[in-house]
Parts: sequence; C-alpha cells; structure tokens
Amino acid sequence: MEFSDRYKKLNSKKNKYSWSETRDAWLFTGIGVVLFLVFVLYPQVKNFYMAFTEYNILPGQPSKFIGLDNFRTMFFSDGALGESKYFWVAFKNSLWAVIVTVPGQLILGVMLATIIHNLTRGRLLYKILLYIPVISSWIVVSVLFKYIFQDTKGSLVNYALIQANLIDTPIAWLQNATTANIVIWALCIWKGVGWVMIIYTAALQSVPKSMYEVAKIEGANAFQTFFKITIPLLKETTIYSIVQLTIGAFGIMIQVIMITGGGPMGKTETLNSYMYSQAFSQFKFGYASAVSIVMGIVVIGITLIQRRAFKEGQ
Amino acid sequence: MKKKKIAMQLVLQVLLIGASILAIMPFLYMLATALTKDTYTMPNPPILIPKEFYTGNFVSAWTSNSFSRYFVNSLFVSLVTMVLTLAISTASAYGFAKLRFRGKNVIFNVYLFSMMIPAVLALVSQYTVLNGLNLIDTYRGLILLYISGGVAGNTYFLKGFIEQLPNDYEESVMIDGGSRFTVFSRIILPLCRPSIATLAILSFMGTWDEFFAALTIIKTASKRTLPIAIRLFQGQNATQWGLVFAAALIALIPILIIYITFQKYFIKETDDGGVKG
Repeated sequence: MEFSDRYKKLNSKKNKYSWSETRDAWLFTGIGVVLFLVFVLYPQVKNFYMAFTEYNILPGQPSKFIGLDNFRTMFFSDGALGESKYFWVAFKNSLWAVIVTVPGQLILGVMLATIIHNLTRGRLLYKILLYIPVISSWIVVSVLFKYIFQDTKGSLVNYALIQANLIDTPIAWLQNATTANIVIWALCIWKGVGWVMIIYTAALQSVPKSMYEVAKIEGANAFQTFFKITIPLLKETTIYSIVQLTIGAFGIMIQVIMITGGGPMGKTETLNSYMYSQAFSQFKFGYASAVSIVMGIVVIGITLIQRRAFKEGQ
Repeated sequence: MKKKKIAMQLVLQVLLIGASILAIMPFLYMLATALTKDTYTMPNPPILIPKEFYTGNFVSAWTSNSFSRYFVNSLFVSLVTMVLTLAISTASAYGFAKLRFRGKNVIFNVYLFSMMIPAVLALVSQYTVLNGLNLIDTYRGLILLYISGGVAGNTYFLKGFIEQLPNDYEESVMIDGGSRFTVFSRIILPLCRPSIATLAILSFMGTWDEFFAALTIIKTASKRTLPIAIRLFQGQNATQWGLVFAAALIALIPILIIYITFQKYFIKETDDGGVKG
C-alpha cells in the first residue's frame, strides 16, 4: 500500500510539469514576477545591505561598509549631536499611536457597527456617510485637520470648546508636542472608524440569528448577548482588524509631515516620518535603511504575536 | 413592548445621525470655507453654512499654479497604472491559479511574505534602484513602482477567485483546439468581471492619492501629481485657506464620484442579517 502510494507520487511528479504548460505559465506570470523581483524583492534585500553602510547615492560611487554603526547611532549615541534621542522620540510616538488609535478605532467602530446592525431603516445611508472619511485622500484630510485645529479663536475645535465653556483661551494645538500628537491621533481615529464599522457590519451579518433568539429565550440581556455571543463569534474579524490597524498606526507618516512637519523640535515624528526625513532631507540613506529594518522587525514581530495569540485562543 | 422598541430605534437613529455629522462636517466646513471670499484671516465664529457662493477660489485654484496640469498628470498616471495593473494581475493570477509549473509555490509564498512588510519601508532602496536605472523623475519609474508594488497583493486577490472557476470550460476549449490564451481572454476574463472591476477601482483610487513615491521620484515641477501639488499649494498659500480647500476639493471630486457610483464594491449590503446563517 505504502509502496504503491509512493510510486504514484513519483510517477505523477515526473509527468507533473509539461513543457507547454510551463512555457504558458511563464508567459502569464513572467512580467509580474520580474517586476516584483526588480522593484519589490530586490529593494527589500538591498535595504538590509544598505543598513550596514554609509550609503552613497551617486551611481558608480562606492558605499562604505560600516557594520553596526548605523544601529549604534540609532540606539546609543548621546550628547548634543546624539541622533538616538530623536529616534527614541519617534519610536515612542509610534508606540503611543498604536496604543491610542488601535483601541480608539476598534471600540468606536464596533459600537457603530452594532448600532447599524440593529437598525430597522437607514442602514445603507449611514454606512455610505460613515465610510467617506475612509476613502478620502490623506493629504486632503491632513490639511483639513490642520485648519480645524488652528490656534485662533475662530478654528472649529477651539470655537466649539470655548462655546461649551470648557476652555477660556484658545489652545495652540500644534505648538505643543502632546496636543499636536492628539491632533494626529484624532485624525487617525476619525478616518479609520468607518473601516472598522464596515468590516464588522459584514461580519455581524454572518452571525446566525438563531443564536440570538436562543439567548433571548434564555433571558439574556443585550450586554450579555454582546459579550457572550457576538464578541467570541467575531474573534477572527477582531484579530484581523487589530493586525491591520496596528500596521496602519505604524505607518503614520503623511499626517505628521502635513500637520506638524515633525515639530515642535521633532517631538511628533514617528518612525516612518523620521526614516523618510533622514533619507530624503538629510540624505543619510544607510541610516534610514537601518531605521526601516528596525521598524520592519517591530511590525512583523507584532503581527506574528497577534496571529499566535489568535491561534492559541482558538 | 412595541413602544419600547420604537423608542430604542429612535435612540439608535439619533446616535448614528450624530456620528454621521462628525464624519461629514469637516468636509462641509471645508466646502463652506472654499466658498468664502476672504479667508486670509480665520473667520470667527467659523463659517459652517456658506453666506455666499463665491466660486472665485475654485476658478483661481484651477487656473493658478498649473493646478489643472497636475490634475491631468494624476489622471494620466492613475489610468496607465490601472490598465497595466489589470493586465499584469489578471494574467498572473490565472497562471498561479490554473497552471502548473516548477517553483510556483515558492514564488507565491514569497509574494505572501512580501505583503507582510509595509511597502513604504523599501522606498529608500527602491529609490536607489530607480536611480541606478535612470528612472528618477520619470513617469515610467513611478508607474513601474506602482504596478510592481501591487503585483503580490492583486495576484493573491484574483487567484482566490479564479481558482473557484470550474475547469470544465477550459478543457472544452482546449479540446476544440484553443490555446490557454483563448481560455484566458474568452472565459476567465469575462467570468472575473466583478473582481476586475473592484481591482480597477482600488487601483485607480490608490494611485490617485499616492503621496510618498510621487514626492520622492518626481522632481520636475510640471510633472507633479495632485497630492504633491496640494501640499506645495498649502505651503505657498499658507493662510489662504479658501484657495487651498478649493484645490483639495477638486482633488477629492473624482474619488467621491467613483465612491458614490460604485459604493456596492466598498460596502457589502445584504438585505437582511442572518441569511447566510
């Protein structure tokens, strides 16, 4: 039995790839594979190499191999010229962005999805309206938020806060690191909530109604039903959303460049925007590559941990 | 009991109206500002409902600073990227879904792995690759970057769909003497139309809004795309918000038109919950 199975396997392997099929397959996939290799995979690999050099962008000019120097500068350099303090600020800001915006978007998005799911009319309209921030351009909404949070009395947020008697004098939102970060987070949450809402309304539709009916007969209240039935059943959606939102929060960049320009004093820089400015404003390509490697490791690590947690919980 | 239900629905409606206002109001505020004549200083109280319908900002936004040119540039780059992306992705997906060849699984797994790494992280080294190929400051370079960046994800997306199509059609075409290219163009493409439409929309919108690659690759002023133009526009006209917002709204219009027209591709709406269950 075992032998014959093996024989079959061998035999099928021999005949598996016909020449004409292989040729056609490469005609179909070849261009894509080449483009991917040249412009995606090779740059990813090259990034690793660049991280260990003082990279010279001029074609034909040699780049100096400097070992771990870029990483040393990033993590440990100190003194007046110490770059590491800027790196750590950016690192901290990226982590805070994850800590604040991921739960912010998730909780609000799930709440909205649950409400919409229980509506008897108007579902489609609300979904369309709430999704508009998601599809609109980051550049446009960043400019918009910069305007809404201007430091004058007449800006939308200050005006509303003054009218509500919460503050007396207008807040200079973008002049201070903490409040400027709040503006950046607010933008992320505002723009991302609709995405979570759509993901969850689709998922909620797949939860069998009969389960809710049973719960109702058993006398469960709305909260019990939500936490005992809805949440456990939507676990897969939740993990997927958290992974996506985390990657998104680590990707924060346009907001910083458009709203604060990294200021004041680099205090709102995130890993991504820091990497970008190191490369294309300071022209430290090798160092920027090292930053991107660290960031890639952090993001992949978090993604794997979250996937793991999900598998173990299953 | 019934009264309680109606009251509950009312509360939910009010909550959602509030949320919708929060989602939409910034845009209306932007529109109201763009329709206001003098926006050098910030009006206090803020103008939420336009007092006048001054269209001058839109006219000068469109005509000044070569803005219309940037609009056309963006349209060109987005359309070319979309067409090439569709051609390459559908062919790739068919190859990976239905044809057998050595190395297929290895390549596909590399595709999947690459999708885990945030694209922007490779921008620095991608820049050096384009620089080595003399493609900096060309649309060719920019478009190649856009298409290549989408290969893995789009192939993955379409492959799932094509795999589900039965092989019977394919076999009957081959028996009649047709080639795999006939199968691809006559059978696979027509059957994939909804997925291809989704991909077309996503590709167009993604390219239209793309900022960092365009900012990094394109140097010549006249070749700029819209997101870059808006950023510079905001820099040049720092306090002239009416003008900046008019420009931003013009950039948003194509996206909104596509979104409203094809909202079913973005928002899944089945008539009733529990149908699948």
